[in-house]
Amino acid sequence: MLTVASLSRAELAARLAGPGLSVQTGPFVSRIHSPIDRIAEGIATLYGDYPLRALDDFADFHVHMRRSGGVRRWYRPQVSFDIDGLVPFEPLPQAHAFPMLEWALNWCISTRAHAYLMIHAAVVERDGLAAILPAPPGSGKSTLCAALVSRGWRLLSDELALIRPQDGLLVPVPRPISLKNRSIDVIRGFARDPVISRPVENTTKGTVAHVKAPSDSIARAHESARPAWIVFPKYEAGAATSLEPIARARAFFRVAENAFNYSPLGAVGFNTLADTIDRTAIYDFRYSQLEEAIAVFASLEPPAP
Amino acid sequence: MKRLPILVCALRDPGQVVSYTPADWDLLLRQSAATNLTPTLLSLIEARGLLQSVPAPARAHFDWVRPLAARHQQAVRFEVACIQAALQPTGLPLLLLKGAAYAMAGLEAGRGRLFGDIDLLVPKARLDDVEAALMLAGWAGTHHDDYDQRYYRQWMHELPPMTHVRRGSSIDVHHALVPETAPVRPDPDSLRARARPIEGMPGLATLAPDDMVLHSAVHLFFDGEFDKGLRDLFDLHRLLGEFGVEPGFWDGLVARARVLELGRPLFYALRHTTRMFGTAVPPAVLAAVAPQGPNPVLLPLMDWLFARALLPLHPSCDTRASAGARFLLYVRGNWLRMPPLLLSRHLFHKAFLTPRAAS
Repeated sequence: MLTVASLSRAELAARLAGPGLSVQTGPFVSRIHSPIDRIAEGIATLYGDYPLRALDDFADFHVHMRRSGGVRRWYRPQVSFDIDGLVPFEPLPQAHAFPMLEWALNWCISTRAHAYLMIHAAVVERDGLAAILPAPPGSGKSTLCAALVSRGWRLLSDELALIRPQDGLLVPVPRPISLKNRSIDVIRGFARDPVISRPVENTTKGTVAHVKAPSDSIARAHESARPAWIVFPKYEAGAATSLEPIARARAFFRVAENAFNYSPLGAVGFNTLADTIDRTAIYDFRYSQLEEAIAVFASLEPPAP
Repeated sequence: MKRLPILVCALRDPGQVVSYTPADWDLLLRQSAATNLTPTLLSLIEARGLLQSVPAPARAHFDWVRPLAARHQQAVRFEVACIQAALQPTGLPLLLLKGAAYAMAGLEAGRGRLFGDIDLLVPKARLDDVEAALMLAGWAGTHHDDYDQRYYRQWMHELPPMTHVRRGSSIDVHHALVPETAPVRPDPDSLRARARPIEGMPGLATLAPDDMVLHSAVHLFFDGEFDKGLRDLFDLHRLLGEFGVEPGFWDGLVARARVLELGRPLFYALRHTTRMFGTAVPPAVLAAVAPQGPNPVLLPLMDWLFARALLPLHPSCDTRASAGARFLLYVRGNWLRMPPLLLSRHLFHKAFLTPRAAS
C-alpha cells in the first residue's frame, strides 16, 4: 500500500492545498485540507509511514486548517479549524497550526466515534497485552508513553484508549505523541534517534512538539490488543519509584472520570468499563527516573485469568 | 427544482442507498452529520432491512451514532417522567409538542430524531403554577436579564427556557403556538381541547394529528430560523405520510387550517414537502390550499428563498445565495412575530443594550 512518504514534499503540499490528503490512522481515514506550510511540514515529518488513501474513497473526517481572513492575516496571521463548515474552536496563531491539527483530529474521534468506550489515556502493548495509562492533567503520561515506545513497547495511542464493547479489546489509533516543555528534551536524550517535529512555543500547554510513532506500530495498527494493566502514572520530581495496587471500585470511578463518552454510552459504557476493570491489574505509579519506570513496566505480571 | 442533495435523495427514497459508491456515502454522511440526521437515516435504512448492504466504512458511522440515539430515546422518556411527576400537583395533563410528542407517541417522525429540549403546552392562566411546580423540581429559568424576562413574558408564547440545575435538560413551556404579538392567533384553548391522550401512557397527550401538522408548519415557516430547517421539513413529510392514510385527515386539515388562520404556513408546508420529498398530498388538497399562498409576485421570491434555506446546512449544498436567503428569512421571521414598531425596538435593544457575553 502506498504511504504518505511516496509523495514528494511538493506533491504533498499540492495535495493539502488542493484536493486534500487522505491518511489512514488506525480505523479512521482523515482527509486533511490546508494551504499552510507548517501543516505540510508536520505531516512530512511525522506521517510518512501512514497509508495514503485514494481521493474517491471514503473518509471519516474532512478537516480544514485555514488561514483566518480579515485584516489580522497581515499582522497576526491565524489558523482556524473546521470540519464540514463546523468551527468548534477559536482560531489560534498560525505558528500553532500543526499542534492544532493534532488536537482537531483527536476532537473528531472523541466527539464522534461512540462505537467505542473512549478513555483519555495512552496505550502501549507488549506480547499481546496492553497497558492503559489514563491521563489526569500533569500526570506525565505522554513522556512515559514515548519512553516505553522507544524501548520496544508498541504504541496503540498517546491520547485515546478505544475499547470495543463487543470483545473488550483495545483498537489502536497510533498517532504522533505530544510532548510538552521539558519532556521534549528528556525524550530527545532518552530515545534513540527520535523524530520530533519543530517545537511550537506559547501554546496554551506551553511549548509543544510531537514524536513520530514507530513504523512498526503504524504497520500493526489493525492488530487489537487485550487490556492487561491500568496504570495511573504520576511524575514527581525526585520521587522514589513506586507501584501500588488500587481497589477496583475506586479504580472504576477514576477511569470513568477520564472517559470521553462514559455517560452517553449508558449501560454499554458501564459494562465495558466494568469488564475492563475486572480483567486488569490496576496500579498507582509514581516515578521520577524513566529508566526505573521502564524496568517496572518490563516486570509487570499478566493478571491472573 | 435542480438536482437534490444526496441527503435529500436518501431521505426521500432510502432504497437507493444500495447503489451508492464510497464517494456517495462519504458525501451523504457528511451532510447527515452536519444536519444531525444520521440517526434518522439509520432508522430509515434499518426499517427497510438494508443495513447489510451498506459498505463497512459507512456502517461504522451508523455504529457511532447508534448509542447516542438509544441514549436520547431513554433520556426523553426519563425527562418526560420527571416533568410529569413535577406537574402532578397542578393537576394538568402533560401535553407534549414537537420532538418529545413524536417520540413518546411512537410516531415515525420520532424515529432517530434528535432534539435539544422538551416542549409542552399549558393554559396561560396556569403559567405561574406550572413554573413554580417545575422550579420546585429543580428546573430554573435561564434568561435573567430584565429585558429578556419582559420579552418572553409579555410578548412571547412561552416562558424563558428552563434548565434542570443538575441534569442540564431543558424545557420550553408554551401557552400558545405563536407569539402574543403575531398577527395570527391560533386559539390555544381549542388546541388543548382537541388534544389526544397517548395510548398506554396515562397523563400524557399530544396535539390532534391536524394540529400537530399545523404546529410543525407554523414553527418552520413563521419562525425565521432554518438551522434545523431540513429536519423540520422532514418531520412534516413523515407526519403527513403517517396521518395522510387516515380517512378524513386531509379534508380536516384544510378546514382546521382555515379555523386557526394557519392556511399560509400549511400552503408552504405542502408546497415544500412535495417538492423536496415528494410527499403524497392529494391534488385536491393542494388545490384547496392554493388560495392561501402569497400573491403571484411574491410566490417566486418565497419559493427561491425557502428552496435555499431548507437545503442541508453543509458546504456542499451552499451557493452564494444560501446565507443571504437564510438572513432574509430570519428578518421575515421576526417581522411576522411582532408589529414593526415593537420589532424595531426589540432589534435595537438586542443590538445595543443587551450586555454581551465576554468575547
